[in-house]
Amino acid sequence: MLASLYKLPTAVRFMIFAAMGIFVLSAAEAIESGDFGRLTSDTAAQFMLKWSVPILLTGLGGLYAERCGVVNIGLEGMMILGTWFGAWGTLEWGPWIGILIGLFGGALGGLLHALATVTFGVDQIISGVAINILAPGLARFLSTEVFNNPTQSPNLQSLPKVSMPVLAGGWDTPDLLGDLAARNIFFISDLAGFSRGLMSQLSLFTLFAIILVPVSTYLLWKTRFGLRLRISGEQPLAGESLGVNIVRQRYIGVVVSGALAGMAGAFMAMELSGFFQEGQTGGRGYIGLAALIFGNWRPTGVLMAAMLFAYPFGMSRLDRDGTSSHALMLVVALALAAVAVWTYGQGRKVHAGVAAFLSVGMFAWYFASETAPSWLTNTLPYLLVLLVLVFAAQRLRPPAAAGKPYRKGGS
Amino acid sequence: MNSRLRSLGLAAAAPVAALVFATVLSGIVLLLAGSNPLVAFGDMLEHGAKLETIIDMLNRATPLYLSGIAAAIGFKMGLFNIGVEGQYQMGAFFAAAAGGAIVLPNGLHVIFILLVAMTAGSLWAGLAGFLKVTCGINEVISTIMLNAVATTGVLAWLTVKWRDGALSTNSGTKTIEESGHMPNMNWFVEIFTRDIRNSKELSGVIVVAIIVGIGYHLFVNRSRLGYDLRASGINPLAARAGGVPPKRMIMIAMLSSGAIAGLVGMVDILSRNNRYDQNFTPGLGFAGIAVALLGRNGASGIAFGALLFAFLDASSSILQITGSASKEIVTIMQGVILLAAVVAYEYVNRIRQREEIRLATLAVSGATA
Repeated sequence: MLASLYKLPTAVRFMIFAAMGIFVLSAAEAIESGDFGRLTSDTAAQFMLKWSVPILLTGLGGLYAERCGVVNIGLEGMMILGTWFGAWGTLEWGPWIGILIGLFGGALGGLLHALATVTFGVDQIISGVAINILAPGLARFLSTEVFNNPTQSPNLQSLPKVSMPVLAGGWDTPDLLGDLAARNIFFISDLAGFSRGLMSQLSLFTLFAIILVPVSTYLLWKTRFGLRLRISGEQPLAGESLGVNIVRQRYIGVVVSGALAGMAGAFMAMELSGFFQEGQTGGRGYIGLAALIFGNWRPTGVLMAAMLFAYPFGMSRLDRDGTSSHALMLVVALALAAVAVWTYGQGRKVHAGVAAFLSVGMFAWYFASETAPSWLTNTLPYLLVLLVLVFAAQRLRPPAAAGKPYRKGGS
Repeated sequence: MNSRLRSLGLAAAAPVAALVFATVLSGIVLLLAGSNPLVAFGDMLEHGAKLETIIDMLNRATPLYLSGIAAAIGFKMGLFNIGVEGQYQMGAFFAAAAGGAIVLPNGLHVIFILLVAMTAGSLWAGLAGFLKVTCGINEVISTIMLNAVATTGVLAWLTVKWRDGALSTNSGTKTIEESGHMPNMNWFVEIFTRDIRNSKELSGVIVVAIIVGIGYHLFVNRSRLGYDLRASGINPLAARAGGVPPKRMIMIAMLSSGAIAGLVGMVDILSRNNRYDQNFTPGLGFAGIAVALLGRNGASGIAFGALLFAFLDASSSILQITGSASKEIVTIMQGVILLAAVVAYEYVNRIRQREEIRLATLAVSGATA
């Protein structure tokens, strides 16, 4: 039965898993405090969506780069460039131009990375690390010169927000989902509330970022440009023999990658913090890479991963008394138990044993504690990545030539 | 013979060329920002020549050097240990916590702290190595994730402690007692020069760094294990055919890399601050990777790289006072030096490869002629 699930289109599968997830969250919260509706409230959904955008955009950036064969560790640095350039652009010319300038700043970083790796053949990881070292210094310098403050910019304007009509009360239409959510029916109300959160008060920037997902899927898998790009990352020598200019494809891919990371940075500065601040990226460039891996190098996968990773982070910002984060521990324990059953069914006894051990440990910790320690909620995304890599690595399929240098003629 | 000299000359010229390039580029950036680069650089050189600044430079170079060695151990094995950042934070955190919690007689206390630091860093790196050896997880991703776990985790611990009302606004581990302070080396320096002013102290950790450097060189270049390590890094399959177990090599490399990484924070913990708190210097892990790359993983090359970066950091502090430029120009310089050097090394490599092919063709055609 499980196998037949995989035959459904990705979007439908996505929604089924999401619904299952919401069910588990409601149940966990009910067990935790006899109350429900906070883990799945519309605010939780809004926060999750908001905070998933930087991860989504950097993940997509990583996708374009790795799909054309260049590993881009420098996403963090390009994102930092995006935060500064986005802030500067918004202050000078308003939010719309601000996005463009932020994109441009990130693209500059991408260009540098492409120059170093594709033209000069520098190791891709090293080049990425170098850009991550250069970018914050550059941002600091520019900030001192332009904002007279090395670590922060003045406040920025943001883009207008919209809400979905009829379902979520956009443009003064009836708020159907909101009514359903208010009735407090187990699971149905949670589902309604969560969905409403995903559709109300969306920044246009967020909407744009999400639209990029189906656009990217179409671009990369249904157009000739996408085919050329992907062959640069799978079999560059074969592509070369067919007349594809691998060098050009890789430049395009990496510059687009930088541009997306720059957009992510601009989003962080404009929508999430409201100003440029040193260190605001907080490692999201790396989480983006993790989302890329978790999403199996496909745009929809990256979106799912971004939301999954952003959820605990959003929750921890909302959760004032710690009960919701504590309920999350229960969810993690249940998920680990599910993984144990699943891997056992696949015959991977060792993995099943480890998952079971971790699950029991998590259950024990849950019952022994009152609240979740803050370091756990903050580090959850990274731990999730490691867990996925440990348990699901064989289902992952990276582009074959990613990370390998390319020389014309195959020397 | 001639071509060997030529390639050696090229190899030495690369970092110099990178430095010149970075200086010129930074000069242009300063000009665009409205500062006078000649005045700025002049200020830096003048300030940098002072004894106190040199002491400061050596203090900054010490953790950079240790970080570089840690990264280099990984590089020699073909591993990218990007996790030095997280490993040194873990090492410093646990060492400070342990060192503050107990009191031992003078020498023992310091050695205890050093050992805890090395163990914590080693274990944290070992985790990444373990994941690579058992599940095949690429160490780049796992070390980056573990970095984030370490930094956010410790940060969260600090924030919670602050929220709980511990100490003042600067929460951290318990301050280490006198017995756990590393003695300073001022008495040694003052044999050669005048008295050091401004209460600057040369941290004794520099002695540890020198020992580590010598040890690294001897281990990698003169020991059987080091040879195995390098062979495994260059060609794992061939090494395995020669009897070197690759998984064990990976673990040894990660564990030793992490152990040295743990020592990186010791200048802060043993000399400067004597506790782990918000003043702890971040970012040394990535800087160490830069320095290792600059120094091409050699003990003396890394030393030059560390001293260069440290000189730039130390001498730029004067810029805030004279106002001739923003001192952030130095971070740009460091980034550009790194990128330019790495590109230059690759370029030199390619020339050398072409040279080898050319010589080989000549030799072969000469033999058959």
